[in-house]
Amino acid sequence: MSEYFLLFMGAAIVNNFVLTRYLGLCIFFGVSKNYHASTSMGLAIISVMTMSSMLTWVIEHFILLPLGLGFLKTIIFVVVIAVFVQMLEMVIKKFMPTLYNVWGIYLLLVATNCVILGVPLINSEANFTFVKSIVNAMGSGTGFAIALILFASLREKLQYSDVPKSIEGLGIAFILAGMLALAFQGFSGMIPL
Amino acid sequence: MITAIYAILVMVGLGLIFGIFISFANKKWSVEVDPRIHEVDEILPKGQCGSCGYPGCMAYAEAVVTNPDVPANLCAPGKEAVAKKVAEITGKKAEALETKIAFVRCAGTYGKAVRTGLYRGVRDCVSANILVGGDKGCTFGCLGYGTCVKVCMFDALKMSSEGIPVVNPDKCTGCGKCATVCPRTVITLVPPHIKVKVNCNSHDKGAVVRKICKAGCIGCGMCAKDCPYQAIVVDNFLARVDSKICLEKCSDPVCLKRCPTKAIRPAIWGVVPGFEIQEEPKEETKKEAREEAKV
Repeated sequence: MSEYFLLFMGAAIVNNFVLTRYLGLCIFFGVSKNYHASTSMGLAIISVMTMSSMLTWVIEHFILLPLGLGFLKTIIFVVVIAVFVQMLEMVIKKFMPTLYNVWGIYLLLVATNCVILGVPLINSEANFTFVKSIVNAMGSGTGFAIALILFASLREKLQYSDVPKSIEGLGIAFILAGMLALAFQGFSGMIPL
Repeated sequence: MITAIYAILVMVGLGLIFGIFISFANKKWSVEVDPRIHEVDEILPKGQCGSCGYPGCMAYAEAVVTNPDVPANLCAPGKEAVAKKVAEITGKKAEALETKIAFVRCAGTYGKAVRTGLYRGVRDCVSANILVGGDKGCTFGCLGYGTCVKVCMFDALKMSSEGIPVVNPDKCTGCGKCATVCPRTVITLVPPHIKVKVNCNSHDKGAVVRKICKAGCIGCGMCAKDCPYQAIVVDNFLARVDSKICLEKCSDPVCLKRCPTKAIRPAIWGVVPGFEIQEEPKEETKKEAREEAKV
């Protein structure tokens, strides 16, 4: 049990995707302008990440590895995730319109992001079991959501402060992201990769 | 060689399965959207101002098409033209829409209103107001940090060099965003063709207003006494014009003549009140002086 807990915490905080591994920065700066959008995006990321890593684990272990096609995993994963997200969007739009209004539009934004592809690749490289890869994906998604929500809250505060003209907007956001990453460096090494 | 064949087979197979799956799902689970929603959405001005009471233009378009109880004339920025088109598309009655535009009830320009402090915080009226009520002596007047200018989506408000925002009547749509965001409710919505406006928001007593602002309403009630139709009421040391009576009955604004501070003025849009006052009363006083001299 403690093994899974450590894996989760390690993926969520110590080896945080955005702030320690610098993946998925596009979304990190794009959707962190306000708190509400960032929470919706965080939810979308957690769900898509978990489910897509489940799906890719099944495909890898039942189709690719028995046939000796491990080298194809990157391209196959891209296709699988894209199709899966597309399907998920359709299903939610049809059966859960309220949920779709909350984070439906973010689903397609997530589909082509490197974080979503990164987690299944890391899972297969580390040879995780099915349960372990789910835990790892959930942890990574939670970590991403935490970083996104933290950053969005900080940026909302930033709107009311006196920023020098030359670094207004994205400039100060980059500096802020650097500071946040420095803070997260404090966790580094507590739980190894 | 076998691996290559397997690779090709797996890729083609997966591609086929996914393709069939997606196209099938698209047919079965597609959501039918009423095409009129998009038609209405295209007509709306896209200010996303929310004056209709819905979060954004798309939400209102959806509501007006799907819900028969939602009237077609809720879009204030679109005015009558949009209301008519929306009514046409949705098959609802086009009811008349009362047009209004924003009016800044303050003439306390830099020269007229006393500043009691030096404010160096965020250039934003809301924050300035929270911090001991801003730097102006008058606690009712315009702070001049332009929160309303920032919030206007239609580019209708401009901050003048005199520290009071100016409304462009052609661009103002009457959405009321500026009125809700103003921390001192200086801005109100009035019919665009009113004859007189009271350029003050101060409920202070006359003596207090005299000390802190040269252009404020002191609540003397001269205008209320002069108005033959009782369109003006002095309420809590501030004159208020009933625009309905004023528009319907009055043809000669006698109320303007005796105002000691010229707080009540003819409605001229797109100018800073404080600026003009300087010229007009001078001429009048000169004329009066001449007439008196003649007599």
